[in-house]
Order: sequence, then structure tokens, then C-alpha cells
Amino acid sequence: MTTAVETPLLAVRDLRVDFVGPHGPVPAVRGVDLTLRRGETLGIVGESGSGKSVTALSVLGLLPGTARVGGSVRLDGRELVGLPGRELAAIRGRRVAMVFQDPLSAFTPVYRIGDQIAEAVRVHQPVDRATARRRAAELLDLVGIPAPDRALDSFPHEFSGGMRQRAMIAMAIANEPDILLADEPTTALDVTIQAQVLDVLRTAREETGAALVLVSHDLGVIAGAADRVAVMYAGRVVETAGVDELFAAPRHPYTLGLIGALPRLDGHGGPLVPIPGAPAPMSELPPGCPFAARCPLVEERCSAAEPALSGEDGHRAACVRSAELAGRRPAPSEVYPVPELPPGPSGGDRAGRAPVLSVSGLGKTFPLLKGTVFKRKVGEVYAVDGVELDLREGETLGLVGESGSGKSTTLFELLKLGAPETGRIELLGHDTARLTRAEAQRLRAELQIVFQDPMASLDPRMPVGDIVAEPLRAQRAPREEIARRVPELLRQVGLDPEHAARYPHQFSGGQRQRISIARALAVRPKLLVLDEPVSALDVSIQAGVLNLLQQLKAELGLSYLFVSHDLSVIRHLADRVSVMYLGRTVEQGEVSAVFDHPRHPYTRALLSAVPLPDPAAERARDRILLAGDPPSPTERRTGCAFRTRCPLYAGLRDTAARELCERERPTLDDRAGVDHGLEVDHGAACHHPQ
Amino acid sequence: MTAVAAEPTDPDSPVGRADPADPTGRPRATGRGRLVLARLLAARGAVAGAVLILLLFALAFGGPYLTPWDYAAPDFSALHQPPSAEHWFGTNGVGQDVFAQTVRGLQKSLIIGLLVALFSTVLASVVGACAGYFGGWADRALMFLVDLLLVFPSFLIITIVSSRLKSAGWIAFVLLLALFNWMITARVVRSMTLSLREREFVRAARFMGVRPLRIISRHILPNVASFLIIDATIAVGGAVMSETALSYFGFGVKAPDVSLGTLLAAGTSEAPVFPWMFYFAAGLLVLFVLAVNLVGDGLRDALDPTAGGAPRRSRRSPRSRRSWRKQK
Repeated sequence: MTTAVETPLLAVRDLRVDFVGPHGPVPAVRGVDLTLRRGETLGIVGESGSGKSVTALSVLGLLPGTARVGGSVRLDGRELVGLPGRELAAIRGRRVAMVFQDPLSAFTPVYRIGDQIAEAVRVHQPVDRATARRRAAELLDLVGIPAPDRALDSFPHEFSGGMRQRAMIAMAIANEPDILLADEPTTALDVTIQAQVLDVLRTAREETGAALVLVSHDLGVIAGAADRVAVMYAGRVVETAGVDELFAAPRHPYTLGLIGALPRLDGHGGPLVPIPGAPAPMSELPPGCPFAARCPLVEERCSAAEPALSGEDGHRAACVRSAELAGRRPAPSEVYPVPELPPGPSGGDRAGRAPVLSVSGLGKTFPLLKGTVFKRKVGEVYAVDGVELDLREGETLGLVGESGSGKSTTLFELLKLGAPETGRIELLGHDTARLTRAEAQRLRAELQIVFQDPMASLDPRMPVGDIVAEPLRAQRAPREEIARRVPELLRQVGLDPEHAARYPHQFSGGQRQRISIARALAVRPKLLVLDEPVSALDVSIQAGVLNLLQQLKAELGLSYLFVSHDLSVIRHLADRVSVMYLGRTVEQGEVSAVFDHPRHPYTRALLSAVPLPDPAAERARDRILLAGDPPSPTERRTGCAFRTRCPLYAGLRDTAARELCERERPTLDDRAGVDHGLEVDHGAACHHPQ
Repeated sequence: MTAVAAEPTDPDSPVGRADPADPTGRPRATGRGRLVLARLLAARGAVAGAVLILLLFALAFGGPYLTPWDYAAPDFSALHQPPSAEHWFGTNGVGQDVFAQTVRGLQKSLIIGLLVALFSTVLASVVGACAGYFGGWADRALMFLVDLLLVFPSFLIITIVSSRLKSAGWIAFVLLLALFNWMITARVVRSMTLSLREREFVRAARFMGVRPLRIISRHILPNVASFLIIDATIAVGGAVMSETALSYFGFGVKAPDVSLGTLLAAGTSEAPVFPWMFYFAAGLLVLFVLAVNLVGDGLRDALDPTAGGAPRRSRRSPRSRRSWRKQK
């Protein structure tokens, strides 16, 4: 914030982008105004299809040829829209640099990382090869890549996702640009890696003094990193304000709904506040406010004309009732209708309830093969190596872990209903190793799964009625029952039974996930395995699905095995939680015990890495940043698997204690949070638990 | 042709169902078979193609009754005569009536074309999908068979075997043509199945306890149907022409019997001088293949819910969004 406040670094005025569609132009951005001052971080937040990425891309003229861009983008007063490609190329990378979402596709796979960064330097600076290479090494060092000189000669595929994203940032700041555009820079990454990358972005910004435009769908990331925020909906900015202002007192009902729809790590159960409906397709926006159809505060004048962005002292909102919201400061649940959740089965004595699933010592390895004609085994991947699960009737067990921790392998081992490689799986009192085929087939009806991506898990060529009926047919249910059940199920998950004749692509993401849930419920299972059921959905839709899951569980007395990488969702939904690292269960217990008093250093780091959608709380927290990436699961280490990244181990002074970590593999203890005076249901696999 | 794709999409074949002829059963408007049929009937091109095929059949089998001439008997008073009121399509060098010959040839070619395409597509889809889905031993054995048949000089074998199968007639000939026509399709179906097998909806069906063969018929085949249909429509034309090639060498359809293929082969060299000997047969073949293509396209669109049909609300925006995402 210098004297240059009057001449903003980047001024976007009335930006409009249309894409050529088969039925005429489809708007993607409809009049966006943004102002970016020197050195500040502007967060653009919005759901998929809101036009946030298109806005960022159009600044650099990176949109495909089918896009028509109107309005004005001025960089230091110089108009960028309509600038010929040659002149734009001089600006790209030099004055405005971009960090993309998927760092794997942003690097050319056949060139070395160092050459690609050096190329970025040499394009804009008249330096020789050696200098450029030295500069590349400096940059890699700056973004925290270990042994930068060696890393220069690596190929992109040799880097992990987090390292690639760091290298991408290094390339972006190679020419000390004035503006960094980061388009969902952490979306594809795990939370601990996300925390690292956000940290690197902060460092990069401080080093170069660049202004940052951070595009994200994650309110938590925005809350932690941005100075000012613009909320986008249907191709327009609906609210813009300083980050504290925005989160404390949103003036647009959409922003309010988004904040209410987000499950929070520091929150507690109860229903979320869903925003009803789904965004209208951009090609068929109704006249007036595009949010009117979903807005609980809608009035007649809303459908008359689209409200302009207005308001004073930098907090502007595009809503006719923003003044009212500013004055009243309602909580999301006061504005949006919140569904009543029926009370679940009374907590009672956990030990008294029947066990639904118990897994002990589960292990699964995959052979590493080499050779094309004669495949020979050169090693093993220890995908799952000691998983313990315990799930009782009417409970939700959250299974948490980063990618590669073996969550999915665990699930597939469970669903296989066969003998596990090592360990024991007991489902509803049956040992899966001893099931006959007929028994396994019958047991399948008790165990159903909901997959992550509702588009991929529904056959695109099957009408929804047939999809929902499929498990019934597999269990040879009579035809009349199928005809009776299908409409009933669709109604149960909040869909119109008339839609049974439609195909999956005619539904929105949230509706598709509801279809998946209806299919899973068709045979009245006792245990529902939910594999990241909401991670492909937008926040406002996700809330509705989570509420539905809670409601169904209470109504039908289901048990859930809920797999997620999103700790906030687990915290919100689960009764117990089990944390996995490198194929092992490192901590498990009652959800509030684990989340409030984590005992394993990994759980602590994981929890501290989750961004909170609350700027004040987010700044006040201290982060435990884990160094590096999880090691490869191809070698089975002696001792604790986490010690390569463990801050606790690194800080141990006592050699005997260190040796214990190196030598002996910790097992889940049950002496639990006794010290905290809590219940005993809390164990951690650590030699030195807190 | 129609039967090819209808077979895998039949949503609930009543095998082992509780009450297949349930009189009280409400009309299941949600069944995939019904939806596909409704979409197919709504497609103008498919209906036109089907009508055209029916008309061709009517011409092929009703045609001989329209003309007093027999396809084999020569009329020595009219050699190489252009079309006239007496000989509608003219006559050939030995005085045979070209119209009688053409409709007779059409009979053979319609049946050969459709059946060869049907048999080879069914065989290819079953073998390919099973090999891809089951993997392991089944895959290796089936693919070995496919490769074996691919390296056999099929033409040579047909020529050798067909002389022995003279008595079995044209159906044996159809089977032979189909037998040497399915391997490449099967390989493609296999590779498509390999990627489909890992898709989540197939996995979901497996975890629900759906039997493998039902997964193949309900999930795999409908999802490769677009390819199968295109392949089958091409195979129709191809079968007619490969029958020609064999007939040309004196196998398959033998003189004095004729097929469109033999007529074309005979008429090609004389086309510049006596065009009626060539163009009527050629025109009918083109019409036939065109009609099959129309039906095939209609069927493909009917099976693919994202293609064509009535414009729906929810269709446009995801597509336009996807298009720019791809560019990113």
C-alpha cells in the first residue's frame, strides 16, 4: 500500500467473456470490475462455473479462440484487451505471471525442470545460459526444493505434486513480475502440501513484492491468504470487501450462504445451511438477479433488474437488500431454512452396540513388475500395512488420510468380501475369509458404496430408474418390488420420482450424488461406505448432501464408513475417526477427542494445516508445517513410518528415545486420553504421544 | 442390424424373473429398452432408413412376381437391349432380363449383408468384451484365437472350404464370411472394455454383486455400442462387396444364380457402353447401404443420451464449460 493507490496496478472494468456455443454465445463472465493494488492479495472465490478462472485467464489473454472478450483490462494504465499476441507475450511472465492448477500439465514432460525455468528467464532477460541456470537454482532454493542443483536436472514426472507446484511458482517469479495470478494453486494437493505451497506463495510474494490474485473455491484458503476478496456468482462479482469484513458481516445472501454451508473444523455437528437449488446454466440466465431463484430473501424487484455492485468504504455488494444485511448482521441459519435433523439413536453405551465392521492388522501389497514380455517382480508396494477399524451400529467412522495413505485400497479390500492378504476383516459378525459365494452374495446387500465422482459412478447410458434398480436386480428382487422401490428411493433422497426416465447427464452434480446414494440404499444395507462423497461437489451443494446423509442415517439406522481427505467434513459428520498415514492407522478415537486433543504428531500437523474460513482465527493459529512429502510406500521401514517428517522425532534429544522410533514399530495404544480426563476411546500409534 | 444393438440393450430380459407376464405390472416407463425405442422412433432418419430397407425387401421378394421374365431364362430376341416397356432394366449379353436379375440378386445381397454384419458384430462384441472384462487366461486364449484367425489368409480358406460346403448353401457362406470378419472389431472392443472395466460405474456394479455377464450386457456393451453400430453398418457394405469378390472367382453365389455382387462384377466392364447393366444394381446397393447407415445413425443417437434429441435445459451449460476447461 504505497502512494500508488490512485493508479491501481491492475484495473479490470466491465470485463465480458462469451464462448461460442452450439446454440449461440454462452456468457462466462458478465461485467466484472476488479482493482488490484501493488503488493496486495486479492482472493477471487466462487463455485465452479462462476467465471473466476475465466476472469483470471482473460487478464493474460490466455482464453481459447472461441472466447470473445469485451471490456477493459488495464495494467498500469495500459490496455491489455485486444493487444496483439506479440506484445502480450512480452507482458506474460515478465509483468504478470501465472500459476496453474495442475502443475503436471503446466510443465512440458520431456524437458528438464531446470531448462524450463531457465527458458522462462532467458525469454525476458538478456542473460547467458549459465546465468539463467544459476538463477533457476536460486529460484528453486527460494521455493524450498531440497538440493536445487540436482533438482534442475529432474524431469517433471520425478517431482511430487507439491514439488511441481513449487517449481511452477519458481518459474512464475523468475522475472520478478508485478502480478502473480494463481488459479486454484492448491486444489489438487493434500492439506499438508497445500499448507506448504501457500507458505511458498507467501514467501514468493514477499521476496518479489508482487501482487497476488488468488483464485480458489476454498473459503478457508482465501481467508488465510487474501487481503481483499471478491465473491463471484454466475459470471459477476456479487460482493467485494476486505477479508475480515467479508467473513464477519457479509452483505450478499450468497456469501452468507457459502459461509453457512461450509463444515468447520472448529464447529460441532448439527445441520449445515444448504443453499437451495443449483446455479442456473449460464446460457439460460433469468432476467434480474441470477441468484434470485435460490435466495431466501428474494423480493419482487429482484427479478426486475440485476442489482449493481454498490456500497461504501470498499465493501460493496450486488444485492438490493445489502444495506439491510449490513445493519442486521444475521447468522446464515437465520436467513436460510435449515432442515430439521431427526435425533440419531441415543448415544448410550458404545460397547453395548453390535459391531458392524472390525478390521485388524489389514495388509495389502502390490507387486512391482518390470519387463515387457517376461514380467518379473522387482519389489512390493505396501499400500496397506496395518489398518485397524472398529465400527459399531449406528455410528459414522471417518477414515482420514492424504493421497497415497491407502484409504482406497482399504476400501477395496473390504468390498472384495474375500480373504485379506494379512489381517482379519469381520463384517456383521462374519469373517470375510470364510465366506462361501452364496454368503458373500447375500452379504453384499448389507454393504453398499457411494463413490466420489457421481458422474463416473453412474452409467451414462442408463436411465436413472434402471441405475437405482440395479442392486435390487442383483439381489434378484421381484419385479413388483423394484417398481415400488424406485420411486420411493428417489423421493427419499429428495429427487422427483418422475425423473426416473432421465439420464445421469441431465442432472446436476449434487443430484447425481443423490442418485448414487439412492442406488446404495436400494437393498437396505446396514453399512454404507462413502468414498469421498462430497469432494467433487461445490460447497453450497455439498451441504445439502451432507445433511441428507445425516438425515438418512438417523432415519434408517445406518452405519457409515466415511472416507475423506477433508477433515472439516469428518469433524462435522463422524462419531469416530481413524487417521491413516502410509497404510497404517496412526490414531483413532472419538471425534472430539482426536480433534481437540490430537496425540499423534501427524494428526496434529494435519489439523493445523486445514485452513479455517475465519480470517481472525486463521491468523491467530500457529501452523505445524511438515517438511517434504510422504516417503514412497515401496520400502517398508522399520520403526515408525512417520519419523522422516516427524517434528517430534526431529526434536528428540534423548538417543534412546530416538532409537525407539527407529527400531520399533509403534502400535495403537489404548491408554488413551486418560490424562485429559476424557473417555478411553482414543488411541495413537506413537512412542511419544502427547 | 437393428437386432445387433437391440440385443445388448435389452434392459430386463425376463430370464428367471418372478413373473414375466405380470398382467398387473404397471407400464415401466423407465426401462432403457423403451426409452431407446421411443428415441429411435422419434428420429426421422432412422425411420426413413427402416422404411427404405422394408421397401427394398418388398422389391426383392415381390419383384419377381411383377415381371414375366425369369432371371435365368434368356430372351434371344433381345440382346444388350436398353430399358424398355418389355424389359424394364434392359437385357444383358445373353438376353437375360436385368430387372429380374437385379431383384433376384437383391434378395441374396440383402440377406447376406445384414446377416454377415449381424453375426460378425455379435461375435466380436461377445468375444471382445469377455476377453477385456475377464482378463487373465480368458483374455489370452481369446486373443490368441483372434490373432490366429487374423493371420490366416481368410480368402484362401473360404475358397477351399466353400467348395466343400456347396450342399450347405448360402447360410454356410454367410457364416464363413462372418467368421473371417470379426477379429479386428473384437480387438477394438476388447481395448475399449479394458478401459471401461476400470470405470467406477462398472466397479460399482461389481460391488453390488451384479454377475459378470450381466455387467457385460448391461454396462459394457451399451457403452461400446456407438463403435459397434458404426462398425456393423460398414460391415454390411463390406459383406456385399466381399461376397462379390468371391462370386467373381466362382465361389459363393454361382451362376446362373446371381447376387448384386455378381451383377456388378459382370456389369463393371460394360458400364460405359451398356450402362443399364451396371447402374441399376449399383444404385440399389448404394440405397441399401445408405438405408442401413440411416438406421445405424439413428440407433447410435438413440443409445447415446447425450446426442441430439430434444434440446434439454441442463445440457448446454456443462458442455460449454467443458469445452473451455479442455483448453486450459
